[in-house]
Amino acid sequence: MKRAILFFFAMVVSIGLFGGNGQLWAQTQPWQQIPIPKLPEFHPPQPKRIELPNGMVVFLQEDHELPTIDGTARIRGGERSVAANKTGLIDIYREVWRTGGTKSQTGDQLDDYLEQRAAKVETGGGMDSTTLSWSCLKEDFDDVFRVFVDVLRNPEFRPEKIGIAQKGVYDSISRRNDDPSQLAGREAAKLVYGAKNPYARVVEYRTVAAITRQDLVEWHGKYVHPNNIILGVVGDFDSARMEARLREAFAAWPKGSAVSDPEIKPEPAKPGFYQVDKTDVNQSNIQMVALGITRKNPDYYAVSVFNEAFGGGFSSRLFGDIRTTKGLAYGVGGGVGASWDHPGMLRLMVSTKSKTTIESIQALDEEIADLPKRPINDEEIKRAKDSILNSFVFQFDSPAKVLQEKMAYEFHGYPLDFLENFQKGIEKVTKEDVARVAAKYIHREQMAVLVVGNTAEFDKPLSSLGAVNKLDITIPAAAPGLMLEQGEHP
Amino acid sequence: MKFRLTSLQTLVVCFVLCSIALGQDLASFEKRTTVKKLANGLTIIICERPEAPVFSFFTHVDVGSVQDPMGKTGLAHMFEHMAFKGTDTIGTRDYAGEKVALAKVEEVYAAYLAERDKPVDRDEQKLKQLEQNWKDAIAAADKFSAPYNNEFGKIVEGEGGENMNAFTSLDETAYFYSFPINRLELWAYLESERFLHPVLRQFYKERNVVIEERRMRVDSDPQGRLFEQFTEEAFAAHPYHRPTIGWISDLNSFSATDAQAFFDKYYVPSNMVVTVVGDLKASEAMPIIDRYFSRIPARPKPDTATTGEPPQNSERTVVLHEQSQPLYIEGYHRPDYRDADDQVYDAITDLMSNGRTSRLYRALVRDKQIASDAEGFSGYPGNKYPQLFAFYASPIPGHKPQEMAGAIHAEIERLKKEDISDEELKMIKTRAKATLIRSLGSNEGLAFALGLYQARYDDWRELFRSVDRIEKVTKADIRRVANRTFTPDNRTVGIIEFAPPPPGTGAAAQGGGQ
Repeated sequence: MKRAILFFFAMVVSIGLFGGNGQLWAQTQPWQQIPIPKLPEFHPPQPKRIELPNGMVVFLQEDHELPTIDGTARIRGGERSVAANKTGLIDIYREVWRTGGTKSQTGDQLDDYLEQRAAKVETGGGMDSTTLSWSCLKEDFDDVFRVFVDVLRNPEFRPEKIGIAQKGVYDSISRRNDDPSQLAGREAAKLVYGAKNPYARVVEYRTVAAITRQDLVEWHGKYVHPNNIILGVVGDFDSARMEARLREAFAAWPKGSAVSDPEIKPEPAKPGFYQVDKTDVNQSNIQMVALGITRKNPDYYAVSVFNEAFGGGFSSRLFGDIRTTKGLAYGVGGGVGASWDHPGMLRLMVSTKSKTTIESIQALDEEIADLPKRPINDEEIKRAKDSILNSFVFQFDSPAKVLQEKMAYEFHGYPLDFLENFQKGIEKVTKEDVARVAAKYIHREQMAVLVVGNTAEFDKPLSSLGAVNKLDITIPAAAPGLMLEQGEHP
Repeated sequence: MKFRLTSLQTLVVCFVLCSIALGQDLASFEKRTTVKKLANGLTIIICERPEAPVFSFFTHVDVGSVQDPMGKTGLAHMFEHMAFKGTDTIGTRDYAGEKVALAKVEEVYAAYLAERDKPVDRDEQKLKQLEQNWKDAIAAADKFSAPYNNEFGKIVEGEGGENMNAFTSLDETAYFYSFPINRLELWAYLESERFLHPVLRQFYKERNVVIEERRMRVDSDPQGRLFEQFTEEAFAAHPYHRPTIGWISDLNSFSATDAQAFFDKYYVPSNMVVTVVGDLKASEAMPIIDRYFSRIPARPKPDTATTGEPPQNSERTVVLHEQSQPLYIEGYHRPDYRDADDQVYDAITDLMSNGRTSRLYRALVRDKQIASDAEGFSGYPGNKYPQLFAFYASPIPGHKPQEMAGAIHAEIERLKKEDISDEELKMIKTRAKATLIRSLGSNEGLAFALGLYQARYDDWRELFRSVDRIEKVTKADIRRVANRTFTPDNRTVGIIEFAPPPPGTGAAAQGGGQ
């Protein structure tokens, strides 16, 4: 729980979490008479790309607005490369890499040193990579960069910090069924990729308990090599001097062996209905899911326009029909998800009171069934494309955003002009393209329908729609000796 | 969930951190910040930040759910939803006809309510008919607007609007998004029109949407249930005890007529600060913005007097028995944001909560290893009025909420009895400056901060000046304020205790569903 969550309570926003079918106005609406001048030419600063002799790729992006310098190293390899019996390794690694300190300094000493300078050196990690980043005032750059390099090269993974990290993960395991939307997201991913698939598998007490210091040391040794790192730096510096500084810092670091990403095959669950009974809620979380696409798919542009028009925001059909017209939901939306290097999730979701659960599933069904009969029309296409294209400038309205984009393309082996091509791709999308991708990807009979809710309160039993698979969300007990209290794992 | 996280984090950052600031940047902001109070009382701030051809705005309205009328909690938030429903020209096919139809909806709804809420002799048959009349009237009114559902939002999105959203808190209501700079005049039209000619169409369907929002945030979320009960317990008299989202019986009762009256009373120009930050020049932009927003007629500033919270003289506790993991929260009353010690509270927040050097992290997470997370901070559930300094901790498996209380109180005692170290005090001050610097690097963040400070202090410069105040905080101040604030009789405690779900039942739902 973060401080922010407490503020949630005191604060309520207008637009729901996820996420039209009007008609064109006559050209006489007052707002349409307001002139819109041409947007001034804008060429955002591009980062300088350097490849060091040891294979490290560096991007330098000057930004002199504030007296700060920030950097992030992204390192190939993440949770999807972890053995199943150690699931959660990256959760532990990404914390202890930093809190465990370096050979010469404990993590606590680093905390004190950095916080006196209001600086950060922090580690992170996810499915495909881990990160080490710093942020500091420019006057502290030398002090902070030294710590950054020390953590990068000489982490110690002190055992007492491994224990703390494990306890933190045990805590999140114990709480994972408390929030219904989080629960629904987790179970939906299992239905799309398979419960044992790295993109969906769940951390358990026993897999975390099995993680040792040796695992962390081995992971670091295997993955943290210069030729496996992309480093991006943004802030108030001179690129030539920064380049010299980085070359000097990393000159003596030899190349390591290359690592490869694992082959991962999704094993989607059979289409049909899946139910989790949760007796302490009065709202159902409904998700219809299937495999999505990658961004490399040539359909990506048409899919992006479809998503925007069908379930993407205020203007979308799902928002207009299910929220505005029917008043069934606060949160409704979805689309065909696109990930960088593996199929994303196709997901349509709605959350509604228990008593309109079946009604809302049928409302989504109707929207899907309607697509061939009432394809996304010219006005919807125009609005979706306008929305993407007119807001395009926000993709690169700060040097840091441009840097992040380029680093992502580099990491995933996409062309560095992917963003420019995206704009052209969207411009070319036609109504026929959108109808084609809708027909290609949106098949209700191929989706798994997950309902997390208070089944006794439903308007009708879910079984009135078809056979229901009940999902068991019981949290497997901890191994003996872990001192977890009985009865706290529903 | 992204929408709300973003706006929320901005707000938290601002409340907690923006009041500690950096003096030397004020000069540069003086040069590029222009304030104009229009004849109707509305304040415009323009801050020039020519980094990219875009701008962000933040419309701050000095009314929150504290101003919800009795029996109509949730109304401020409900109006905020209605501010996306368009105007007399946006979102309708024929406003003259729609106006009549909407008036009819109100008339039959009033008749329905009168029958529904009869204490005795309610005629069920008649009630059914009245409900049907109400639904029929809604259907008739919808015919004017249905083809243009969400037209206001569609225009903004189609023109390239980014992160369009709004929030309501106990203290205020705010509206915001970003546009490419060539849409400045279009924005000035749309945003002024929104408050000049709002039409509260599709009110009762949107009310259902809001009730779903309540189910999501409160009824179906154990933490939401805890915070609602805790806050209600902590404030006996002041409206801070209300949930912004509203109590379910009020949500099922208030009308579009109520929302219109609320708007008429509180959405007056002198209650509004509109801040625009981005690639614009005040000399060119101010006349345009002035022209559009000056159309809003001046109205008298509303009376916003509230019942003051009397001193608390007994410890209060709420315990929720939930089938979810335990949680601990406690709060102590403190004065409002204008208090001379406001920055002392900021310093205590930083010391107790900011990162792995913080006292609560080190005591509860690192050393005792009984919690996964623990923090203490000012500004709950708002900061405009006397509020709480709150602490919370999430016990890790095997540990009880009562242990959290003991460990938090031990840290509080340390604060009362021992001076903090020189290093700690220096760290607090250094971090305050660095945090302010980092908050100045985005249009959205700046629009929010400048607008909020202008609204709170009638001078955006306070954002920077308050750094002097945190610079002046001493060790003795921290002990003095801790001793004054953190006393048992001034404490309210909220706890979630784990209780297994009742066996064989599926009817343990909590909260106020229909």
